[in-house]
Amino acid sequence: MQDRRLKYLLILPAAFIVLGTTIWPLAVSLVTSFRDWRLTRSLTPGPFIGAEHYITALTDDPDFANALRVTAIFVVIDVTITVVSALGLAVLLRRAGVLHSVTRAVLILPFAVSPALVGISFRFMFNAEMGVFTWMAGAVLPFLRGFVWLAEPSSAMLVLVFSDAWRWVPYMTLVVLGGLAALPKEPEEAARIDGANEWQVFRDVTLPALLPVLAVVGILKTVFALKMFDQVVTLTGGGPGQSTVTLAYLVYSIAFRWYDMGYASAVAWILTSMLVFLAVWYTRLVLRKASP
Amino acid sequence: MSLDRATAARRRRLFWRAVESAILLLVLFLILFPILWMALTSFKRPVDLFDLTIFFTPTLDNFRTIFAAPWNIGQTLLNSTIVAGLTVLVAIPFSTLAAYSFSRFELRFKHALFFTILATQFIPAVVVVLPFYLLFRDLGLLDTHLALVIVNLAIVTPFAVWMLKGFLDAVPTESEEAALVDGATRLRVIIDIVVPMVWPGVLVSAVFCFILTWNEFLFALILTRDNAVTLPVGITRFRTERGDLWELIAAAGILISIPMFLLAAVIQRHFVRGMTGGAVK
Repeated sequence: MQDRRLKYLLILPAAFIVLGTTIWPLAVSLVTSFRDWRLTRSLTPGPFIGAEHYITALTDDPDFANALRVTAIFVVIDVTITVVSALGLAVLLRRAGVLHSVTRAVLILPFAVSPALVGISFRFMFNAEMGVFTWMAGAVLPFLRGFVWLAEPSSAMLVLVFSDAWRWVPYMTLVVLGGLAALPKEPEEAARIDGANEWQVFRDVTLPALLPVLAVVGILKTVFALKMFDQVVTLTGGGPGQSTVTLAYLVYSIAFRWYDMGYASAVAWILTSMLVFLAVWYTRLVLRKASP
Repeated sequence: MSLDRATAARRRRLFWRAVESAILLLVLFLILFPILWMALTSFKRPVDLFDLTIFFTPTLDNFRTIFAAPWNIGQTLLNSTIVAGLTVLVAIPFSTLAAYSFSRFELRFKHALFFTILATQFIPAVVVVLPFYLLFRDLGLLDTHLALVIVNLAIVTPFAVWMLKGFLDAVPTESEEAALVDGATRLRVIIDIVVPMVWPGVLVSAVFCFILTWNEFLFALILTRDNAVTLPVGITRFRTERGDLWELIAAAGILISIPMFLLAAVIQRHFVRGMTGGAVK
């Protein structure tokens, strides 16, 4: 067979899978988001009601406003902590040393743990009566003795961030280490010969060269933080109150507790449009480096 | 004078070495402790559960309990293996073919196609699952392996194409071209020459996708109830009305994690590429 046709045939099965498993459900939920459809009332979709769901969400739904705020706070703290820690840790781990290579070797482990399991383990370790982290925090800082971490909105948020950072920081450190390894050695050495100290070398030479990698880390982490779901279910359950209800968790609640498919689709699409915006940004960045 | 300065500099260097070691020890502790604590807990009797000591009489009862009725974690383990295995078996061959075409040929709409495949990674799973939930409900496919395999393909396929293209780009094309000149068909060349050369990359992609599917939670939470429940949802079953059975959660947690640790160790060097593709070499 001619390559001219074969090259498209080769893509066909994968394209079909992506079309059927992603594009189709996206299109269906977009259509559903403009309809009135509560499963409690009807098993078939109701009438089209225009942009009513979107207007309700954006102007007249305290739950949506809350989830938007929670997600924004989570994303900002989570992404900042992840990027800064991964950068710092990677710079430390670049050097040779026994501790360094041991740490490098275990960096891979947390990412292999199921996020749902991470959430449930952190729930256990921050347990009120005898969670081991609750106890450690009390031992180091006496005023935290007996503090119930998951009962306060702000500390519950911190524990949620901690559980997510536990899984992602080591992984992103590996990514930054890969970026550092790819940098040419000469500019740093030249700066040292010119009398720059370690901090100046890092600030003026290493960091600027590393910015594209940090952008990748930052955008990817933003994407995954925006989609935060698993640990919300298994660690905080959205609580206390609604203080850790993220957008993804809100969609889940609307769809599978209140069975309002129309409204759930609309909120899901608001979340999706934020992510598509990031996707365009990210792929531009990536495709510029590795053209297809 | 200069001797003093040299001593001061050495002291300062030693001080920073000590700080560095302290930070690394803390990092090691933070990474390893939750895993070790889970492992310890899995061997504890319920009475020892909230004892913070690491000295206790270990027991294998928890592992016996989770495999017995009513928990039957063996079935859940089997479900996870079937779903992750089937997803990989479908995704990897098709992704390899697509990645080969992206890697070797000039295509019309190549940028648009590739962008679409890349961008699908950004779609939240929760928007994908709504229509599938309704479809599977109408087809009577809720709570089946097939349903989970289909939705997991949505996550795994873009990753696999993206990873495999990276590996294929790195394979030299001379022997392919020689075989084509000798009259071999393109498909023969792919099967007999390209696949054997890119085999390590195929394996790495397969393992990466297996881990992703194995740990997937949202789809399984929404689309399964009894028969097709996978491990990440299975562990939430130990949070009962009578309280959270932490020692059983820990035992099941060890069961989920150990195979993934082994797989991650196997593909260690390539693990990073899974998520970032060619963005970071």
